[in-house]
Amino acid sequence: MWIYEKKLQYPVKVSKCDPQMAKYLIEQYGGADGELAAALRYLNQRYTIPDKIIALLTDIGTEELAHLEMIATMIYKLTKDATPEQLRVAGLGEHYANHGVSLFYENAAGNPFTATYIQSKGDPITDLYEDIAAEEKARATYQWLINLTDDVDLKDSLSFLRQREIIHAIRFREAVEILKDYQEEKKIF
Amino acid sequence: MTNPLPPQFYNQLQELQSLDFVLSELTLYLDTHPTDTQAIAQFEQFLQRKESIERQFEQIFGPLTSYSQQMTQTAWQWIESPWPWQM
Repeated sequence: MWIYEKKLQYPVKVSKCDPQMAKYLIEQYGGADGELAAALRYLNQRYTIPDKIIALLTDIGTEELAHLEMIATMIYKLTKDATPEQLRVAGLGEHYANHGVSLFYENAAGNPFTATYIQSKGDPITDLYEDIAAEEKARATYQWLINLTDDVDLKDSLSFLRQREIIHAIRFREAVEILKDYQEEKKIF
Repeated sequence: MTNPLPPQFYNQLQELQSLDFVLSELTLYLDTHPTDTQAIAQFEQFLQRKESIERQFEQIFGPLTSYSQQMTQTAWQWIESPWPWQM
Protein backbone atom coordinates (compact mmCIF):
# COMPACT_ATOMS: atom_id res chain seq x y z
CA MET A 1 0.00 0.00 0.00
CA TRP A 2 0.97 3.63 -0.22
CA ILE A 3 0.32 6.55 2.13
CA TYR A 4 -0.04 10.01 0.61
CA GLU A 5 1.97 12.90 2.04
CA LYS A 6 0.68 16.39 1.35
CA LYS A 7 3.96 17.84 0.11
CA LEU A 8 6.19 17.76 -2.94
CA GLN A 9 9.54 15.99 -2.85
CA TYR A 10 11.22 19.27 -3.85
CA PRO A 11 9.71 22.78 -4.16
CA VAL A 12 8.22 23.78 -7.53
CA LYS A 13 8.10 27.48 -8.26
CA VAL A 14 7.42 29.12 -11.60
CA SER A 15 8.11 32.78 -12.41
CA LYS A 16 5.42 33.32 -15.04
CA CYS A 17 2.47 31.88 -16.95
CA ASP A 18 4.13 29.93 -19.78
CA PRO A 19 1.84 27.45 -21.60
CA GLN A 20 4.50 26.87 -24.27
CA MET A 21 6.90 25.45 -21.66
CA ALA A 22 4.02 23.47 -20.12
CA LYS A 23 3.49 21.79 -23.48
CA TYR A 24 7.14 20.68 -23.55
CA LEU A 25 6.99 19.47 -19.94
CA ILE A 26 4.08 17.13 -20.79
CA GLU A 27 6.81 14.93 -22.34
CA GLN A 28 7.92 14.00 -18.82
CA TYR A 29 4.31 13.49 -17.67
CA GLY A 30 2.98 11.01 -20.21
CA GLY A 31 5.88 10.54 -22.65
CA ALA A 32 7.93 7.40 -23.38
CA ASP A 33 10.73 8.32 -20.94
CA GLY A 34 8.51 10.25 -18.54
CA GLU A 35 7.76 9.78 -14.88
CA LEU A 36 4.53 7.79 -15.35
CA ALA A 37 6.36 5.29 -17.56
CA ALA A 38 9.19 5.07 -15.01
CA ALA A 39 6.90 4.47 -12.03
CA LEU A 40 4.81 1.86 -13.84
CA ARG A 41 7.90 0.11 -15.24
CA TYR A 42 9.69 -0.36 -11.89
CA LEU A 43 6.63 -1.09 -9.77
CA ASN A 44 5.56 -3.77 -12.27
CA GLN A 45 8.99 -5.41 -12.61
CA ARG A 46 9.47 -5.83 -8.86
CA TYR A 47 7.14 -8.85 -8.50
CA THR A 48 9.51 -11.16 -10.37
CA ILE A 49 12.94 -9.59 -9.72
CA PRO A 50 15.21 -11.51 -7.27
CA ASP A 51 14.50 -10.63 -3.62
CA LYS A 52 17.67 -8.56 -3.14
CA ILE A 53 16.46 -5.99 -5.71
CA ILE A 54 12.77 -5.69 -4.74
CA ALA A 55 13.34 -2.86 -2.24
CA LEU A 56 15.24 -0.80 -4.80
CA LEU A 57 12.53 -1.12 -7.47
CA THR A 58 9.82 -0.36 -4.90
CA ASP A 59 11.59 2.72 -3.55
CA ILE A 60 12.64 4.16 -6.92
CA GLY A 61 9.19 3.39 -8.38
CA THR A 62 7.62 5.26 -5.47
CA GLU A 63 9.98 8.22 -5.91
CA GLU A 64 8.94 8.39 -9.59
CA LEU A 65 5.35 8.96 -8.46
CA ALA A 66 6.62 11.91 -6.42
CA HIS A 67 8.40 13.19 -9.55
CA LEU A 68 5.17 12.77 -11.55
CA GLU A 69 3.48 15.02 -9.00
CA MET A 70 6.24 17.63 -9.37
CA ILE A 71 5.86 17.65 -13.17
CA ALA A 72 2.06 17.90 -12.82
CA THR A 73 2.53 20.85 -10.46
CA MET A 74 4.79 22.59 -12.99
CA ILE A 75 2.29 22.09 -15.83
CA TYR A 76 -0.62 23.18 -13.63
CA LYS A 77 1.15 26.33 -12.42
CA LEU A 78 2.38 27.28 -15.91
CA THR A 79 -1.13 27.03 -17.43
CA LYS A 80 -3.58 27.90 -14.66
CA ASP A 81 -3.84 31.58 -15.62
CA ALA A 82 -3.62 31.07 -19.39
CA THR A 83 -6.51 32.10 -21.65
CA PRO A 84 -7.75 29.71 -24.38
CA GLU A 85 -6.10 32.07 -26.88
CA GLN A 86 -2.72 31.79 -25.09
CA LEU A 87 -3.10 27.99 -25.02
CA ARG A 88 -3.85 27.97 -28.74
CA VAL A 89 -0.81 30.12 -29.56
CA ALA A 90 1.33 27.77 -27.42
CA GLY A 91 0.19 24.78 -29.47
CA LEU A 92 -2.20 23.52 -26.79
CA GLY A 93 -5.36 24.29 -28.79
CA GLU A 94 -5.93 20.59 -29.56
CA HIS A 95 -5.32 19.73 -25.92
CA TYR A 96 -7.82 22.37 -24.80
CA ALA A 97 -10.43 21.14 -27.30
CA ASN A 98 -10.26 17.64 -25.78
CA HIS A 99 -9.29 18.20 -22.15
CA GLY A 100 -9.95 21.84 -21.27
CA VAL A 101 -7.28 22.98 -18.86
CA SER A 102 -7.05 19.57 -17.16
CA LEU A 103 -3.88 17.48 -17.34
CA PHE A 104 -3.65 14.36 -19.48
CA TYR A 105 -1.13 11.52 -19.85
CA GLU A 106 0.28 12.30 -23.26
CA ASN A 107 3.63 13.37 -24.66
CA ALA A 108 4.66 16.83 -25.84
CA ALA A 109 3.30 16.07 -29.33
CA GLY A 110 -0.09 15.06 -27.89
CA ASN A 111 0.20 11.27 -28.34
CA PRO A 112 -1.57 9.49 -25.48
CA PHE A 113 0.42 7.40 -23.01
CA THR A 114 0.74 3.74 -23.96
CA ALA A 115 2.02 0.69 -22.04
CA THR A 116 4.14 -0.11 -25.11
CA TYR A 117 6.58 2.55 -23.81
CA ILE A 118 7.65 0.12 -21.09
CA GLN A 119 8.83 -3.47 -20.96
CA SER A 120 9.07 -6.34 -18.55
CA LYS A 121 11.06 -9.31 -19.83
CA GLY A 122 11.21 -11.39 -16.67
CA ASP A 123 14.97 -11.63 -17.14
CA PRO A 124 16.45 -9.68 -14.22
CA ILE A 125 19.60 -8.36 -15.92
CA THR A 126 17.65 -7.44 -19.07
CA ASP A 127 15.04 -5.58 -17.00
CA LEU A 128 17.71 -3.68 -15.07
CA TYR A 129 19.49 -2.66 -18.28
CA GLU A 130 16.17 -1.31 -19.54
CA ASP A 131 15.85 0.61 -16.27
CA ILE A 132 19.36 2.10 -16.58
CA ALA A 133 18.57 3.16 -20.16
CA ALA A 134 15.26 4.66 -19.02
CA GLU A 135 17.03 6.77 -16.40
CA GLU A 136 19.63 7.97 -18.91
CA LYS A 137 16.92 8.89 -21.43
CA ALA A 138 14.96 10.76 -18.75
CA ARG A 139 18.15 12.59 -17.71
CA ALA A 140 18.73 13.69 -21.33
CA THR A 141 15.09 14.83 -21.64
CA TYR A 142 15.45 16.93 -18.49
CA GLN A 143 18.55 18.56 -19.97
CA TRP A 144 16.64 19.46 -23.17
CA LEU A 145 13.81 20.88 -21.05
CA ILE A 146 16.24 22.96 -18.98
CA ASN A 147 17.67 24.29 -22.28
CA LEU A 148 14.15 25.29 -23.40
CA THR A 149 13.39 27.68 -20.51
CA ASP A 150 14.90 30.85 -19.05
CA ASP A 151 12.78 30.61 -15.89
CA VAL A 152 15.36 30.22 -13.09
CA ASP A 153 12.85 28.77 -10.60
CA LEU A 154 11.74 26.15 -13.12
CA LYS A 155 15.34 25.37 -14.06
CA ASP A 156 16.07 24.72 -10.37
CA SER A 157 13.27 22.14 -9.99
CA LEU A 158 14.16 20.50 -13.32
CA SER A 159 17.82 20.29 -12.30
CA PHE A 160 16.79 18.46 -9.13
CA LEU A 161 14.86 15.93 -11.22
CA ARG A 162 17.77 15.55 -13.67
CA GLN A 163 20.13 14.76 -10.77
CA ARG A 164 17.73 12.16 -9.38
CA GLU A 165 17.87 10.30 -12.71
CA ILE A 166 21.66 10.12 -12.35
CA ILE A 167 21.40 8.66 -8.82
CA HIS A 168 18.77 6.14 -9.92
CA ALA A 169 20.97 5.01 -12.83
CA ILE A 170 23.90 4.52 -10.40
CA ARG A 171 21.74 2.45 -8.02
CA PHE A 172 20.46 0.29 -10.91
CA ARG A 173 24.05 -0.30 -12.06
CA GLU A 174 24.90 -1.45 -8.54
CA ALA A 175 21.87 -3.76 -8.65
CA VAL A 176 23.26 -5.36 -11.84
CA GLU A 177 26.57 -6.04 -10.02
CA ILE A 178 24.69 -7.51 -7.03
CA LEU A 179 22.82 -9.86 -9.39
CA LYS A 180 26.02 -10.86 -11.22
CA ASP A 181 27.72 -11.74 -7.89
CA TYR A 182 24.63 -13.67 -6.87
CA GLN A 183 24.57 -15.63 -10.14
CA GLU A 184 28.30 -16.46 -9.80
CA GLU A 185 27.71 -17.68 -6.23
CA LYS A 186 25.02 -20.02 -7.50
CA LYS A 187 27.40 -21.51 -10.10
CA ILE A 188 29.86 -22.52 -7.35
CA PHE A 189 27.31 -24.88 -5.80
CA MET B 1 -5.93 29.09 -2.24
CA THR B 2 -7.50 32.34 -1.16
CA ASN B 3 -5.22 33.02 1.83
CA PRO B 4 -1.54 33.39 0.92
CA LEU B 5 0.69 31.15 3.02
CA PRO B 6 3.17 32.84 5.39
CA PRO B 7 6.93 32.73 4.59
CA GLN B 8 7.34 30.56 7.71
CA PHE B 9 5.28 27.86 5.99
CA TYR B 10 7.69 27.68 3.04
CA ASN B 11 10.80 27.81 5.28
CA GLN B 12 9.63 24.99 7.52
CA LEU B 13 8.36 22.95 4.59
CA GLN B 14 11.70 23.29 2.87
CA GLU B 15 13.53 22.16 6.03
CA LEU B 16 11.28 19.11 6.10
CA GLN B 17 11.88 18.46 2.40
CA SER B 18 15.65 18.65 3.02
CA LEU B 19 15.44 16.06 5.80
CA ASP B 20 13.18 13.87 3.63
CA PHE B 21 15.73 14.13 0.87
CA VAL B 22 18.54 12.83 3.09
CA LEU B 23 16.32 9.95 4.19
CA SER B 24 15.20 8.95 0.69
CA GLU B 25 18.78 9.22 -0.58
CA LEU B 26 20.02 7.01 2.29
CA THR B 27 17.16 4.57 1.66
CA LEU B 28 18.19 4.00 -1.97
CA TYR B 29 21.85 3.76 -0.94
CA LEU B 30 21.06 1.20 1.77
CA ASP B 31 18.96 -0.82 -0.68
CA THR B 32 22.22 -1.65 -2.51
CA HIS B 33 24.61 -1.31 0.51
CA PRO B 34 22.56 -2.95 3.29
CA THR B 35 25.56 -3.67 5.54
CA ASP B 36 26.88 -0.10 5.78
CA THR B 37 26.37 0.47 9.52
CA GLN B 38 27.49 4.10 9.32
CA ALA B 39 24.74 4.86 6.80
CA ILE B 40 22.20 3.04 9.00
CA ALA B 41 23.24 5.19 11.97
CA GLN B 42 22.92 8.31 9.83
CA PHE B 43 19.44 7.20 8.75
CA GLU B 44 18.37 6.80 12.39
CA GLN B 45 19.75 10.20 13.31
CA PHE B 46 17.97 11.99 10.45
CA LEU B 47 14.74 10.08 11.01
CA GLN B 48 14.56 11.42 14.58
CA ARG B 49 15.15 14.98 13.37
CA LYS B 50 12.57 14.62 10.62
CA GLU B 51 9.92 13.31 13.02
CA SER B 52 10.48 16.20 15.40
CA ILE B 53 10.32 18.86 12.63
CA GLU B 54 7.30 17.13 11.11
CA ARG B 55 5.38 17.26 14.42
CA GLN B 56 6.16 20.99 14.77
CA PHE B 57 5.05 21.68 11.19
CA GLU B 58 1.80 19.75 11.54
CA GLN B 59 0.89 21.51 14.80
CA ILE B 60 1.01 24.88 13.04
CA PHE B 61 0.00 24.12 9.46
CA GLY B 62 -2.14 20.99 9.65
CA PRO B 63 -1.62 17.31 8.88
CA LEU B 64 0.69 16.04 6.14
CA THR B 65 -1.06 12.66 6.12
CA SER B 66 -4.63 11.73 7.02
CA TYR B 67 -3.18 9.67 9.90
CA SER B 68 -1.34 12.57 11.52
CA GLN B 69 -4.32 14.76 12.40
CA GLN B 70 -4.78 16.07 15.92
CA MET B 71 -7.70 13.81 16.75
CA THR B 72 -8.71 15.74 19.88
CA GLN B 73 -10.45 18.17 17.57
CA THR B 74 -13.84 17.58 16.05
CA ALA B 75 -12.95 18.88 12.59
CA TRP B 76 -11.54 16.71 9.79
CA GLN B 77 -8.40 18.77 9.10
CA TRP B 78 -7.16 16.69 6.15
CA ILE B 79 -9.32 18.53 3.62
CA GLU B 80 -8.43 21.99 4.93
CA SER B 81 -4.73 22.60 4.33
CA PRO B 82 -3.51 23.34 0.78
CA TRP B 83 -2.46 20.64 -1.69
CA PRO B 84 1.09 20.57 -3.06
CA TRP B 85 0.23 22.19 -6.40
CA GLN B 86 -1.62 24.99 -4.59
CA MET B 87 1.35 25.94 -2.39
